[in-house]
Amino acid sequence: MKAFKQLNGIVVPLDRPNVDTDAIIPKQFLKSIHRSGFGPNLFDEWRYLDHGEPGMDNSKRPLNPEFVLNKKRYQGAEILLGRENFGCGSSREHAPWALEDYGIRAIIAPSFADIFYNNCFKNGLLPIRLDAEIVDRLFRETFESESYRLSVDLEKQLIETPSGEKIAFDVDSFRKHCLVEGLDDIGLTLIHKDEIRAYEKRRESVQPWLFNRNGK
Amino acid sequence: MKPRNLYDKLWESHVVRQEEDGTALLYIDRHLVHEVTSPQAFEGLRINGRTPWRQGSVLAVADHNVPTTGREAGIKDPISRLQVETLDSNCEHFGIEEFRMNDLRQGIVHVVGPEQGATLPGMTVVCGDSHTSTHGAFAALAFGIGTSEVEHVLATQCLIARKSKSMRISVEGKLSPGVTAKDVALYIIGKIGTAGGTGYAMEFSGNAIRSLSMEGRMTLCNMAIEAGARAGMVAVDEKTLDYVRGRPFSPKGEMFDAACRYWNTLKSDEGASFDSEVTIDAAEIRPQVTWGTSPEMVVPIDGSVPDPGKVADPVKRQGMEKALEYMGLKPDTKMEDIQVDKVFIGSCTNSRIEDLRAAAAIVRGRHVAGNVKLAMVVPGSGLVKHQAEEEGLDRIFIDAGFEWRDPGCSMCLAMNDDRLRPGERCASTSNRNFEGRQGPGGRTHLVSPELAAAAAVAGHFIDPGKLS
Repeated sequence: MKAFKQLNGIVVPLDRPNVDTDAIIPKQFLKSIHRSGFGPNLFDEWRYLDHGEPGMDNSKRPLNPEFVLNKKRYQGAEILLGRENFGCGSSREHAPWALEDYGIRAIIAPSFADIFYNNCFKNGLLPIRLDAEIVDRLFRETFESESYRLSVDLEKQLIETPSGEKIAFDVDSFRKHCLVEGLDDIGLTLIHKDEIRAYEKRRESVQPWLFNRNGK
Repeated sequence: MKPRNLYDKLWESHVVRQEEDGTALLYIDRHLVHEVTSPQAFEGLRINGRTPWRQGSVLAVADHNVPTTGREAGIKDPISRLQVETLDSNCEHFGIEEFRMNDLRQGIVHVVGPEQGATLPGMTVVCGDSHTSTHGAFAALAFGIGTSEVEHVLATQCLIARKSKSMRISVEGKLSPGVTAKDVALYIIGKIGTAGGTGYAMEFSGNAIRSLSMEGRMTLCNMAIEAGARAGMVAVDEKTLDYVRGRPFSPKGEMFDAACRYWNTLKSDEGASFDSEVTIDAAEIRPQVTWGTSPEMVVPIDGSVPDPGKVADPVKRQGMEKALEYMGLKPDTKMEDIQVDKVFIGSCTNSRIEDLRAAAAIVRGRHVAGNVKLAMVVPGSGLVKHQAEEEGLDRIFIDAGFEWRDPGCSMCLAMNDDRLRPGERCASTSNRNFEGRQGPGGRTHLVSPELAAAAAVAGHFIDPGKLS
């Protein structure tokens, strides 16, 4: 996994609550058996004027000029600013894959859906929860100033605005550790494989029905 | 000993290792797998030279991509076909039990698990699908995970997790006639919002919940995720044990009796505390219909589309305006005056035998209205379909002009050919009314099977009690 330490990036504001994972990456693109290549179809239904299907040449499709990701001033954005309940809906990890593939590295919103929030950390993507009033202010500043950038320092848990204001944020210490180091947590878990075996043994002696092979 | 709630009990019994930073290694008893969220996980195992920790804990079934007609001929869409074939070959390679597309036991993973007894009380159940909350109906701790975690569970039988907060939603009193588990779910979501349960594991309790059948409880727990809660659950009672008894994967004989003794402890202790409590008067709940693009945008069937102009909060107002524009609806329109183009009865929320019986009871002796282009019933599994046919329900639907399909997720998320055209309006028994969910530009109204059946025969939303 890609490590995340610091970032200074252009901010793109997506000003609507309850952005769901169906909007982030529509279902027709979930048929892929690969992990990469979802970026061109991020927010597909909002981003293009036609209907997208896998296998299309996305560079030839008509863009929706009204959609924020298509506006010139937000090209190259690495930080997405969102509203309440960002990433609600399905568990598809294709949503963070698509965001990451597009180039987004951090998402700032007042709240995130649990599964999406969790999935971000597995993919080098940092979701940051901030108070709704602060997010509101960041939206205003982003709208008001062309090429608005924020600095994010995960180790210090600080965001810095262009005016030099520092905003602290919370993050789970374990997730932070994995993200900063770019760690694969399967490897971390397997360090404890003897404990897992011991747990299974204990459990099997009291609840043997759990260890039948599918009822057989 | 301090009284514990059901979630405490399920959590504590699965902790392999507790870390000082608050995370825990949580043991997973049952891992359900489908074709969409697993290929990259199996690929990850291969790349790292890993194998599944405990193959017998895994059960796989293809459901999202499978066609609901003409499946003997195979899957026409080459990309869907490749995904299903990839599941087949991964299961074969890694020694995982799979119900393949033409197996009678195939169906929607959240229908198949309980039906087979693969979901048992006291288990941790995960699946790379957010509607895994369904299995909480059995007093299991069940939640959806992403693909990285699918790989993690395959490789280690564990997840790195942090305990959620607990919420109890008590629905007290008696449900009115015609009010279903789906209406209870939508009513709760309308009340607490789609983020109301974020960060919580939710227990449903109260005498209205105890009065629900196991299938009703599954419908309710299924929608916990639409209220933001990854897990929903209901305590064990006699109905739970009766449902589980005799299922193919359930323990048998003395082992079943031993299991029952343990399962009977799976309820919140008297005096157990919760981080949040919500109490709902069952008598307040009417049959529900959604009007917008989020499940919280919901009103009773005899209500009207709300007016965003009356909402003070600008973010909320803007969200409502966008939803109304997408849905092609005007404020103050009576829900019963809204015509539908298509009707979908199916999905992991409402495709079990009781759902089909309830819909058939309304359809019987009636016919799909002229303005309805397509009304379809997609049973949740091959076994549900078979049971319905034994009972003659298929004839009732077909005689009324419905299509009677093969099992799968179908038009709940429209990954196969079953989908809405832009602008089409659908009465749907599924769980999400997001933009484009049932097809780009499609307009979804979430309802119970009873209301979907009534909309099909009336051509517009209507309280089934008013049908002539």
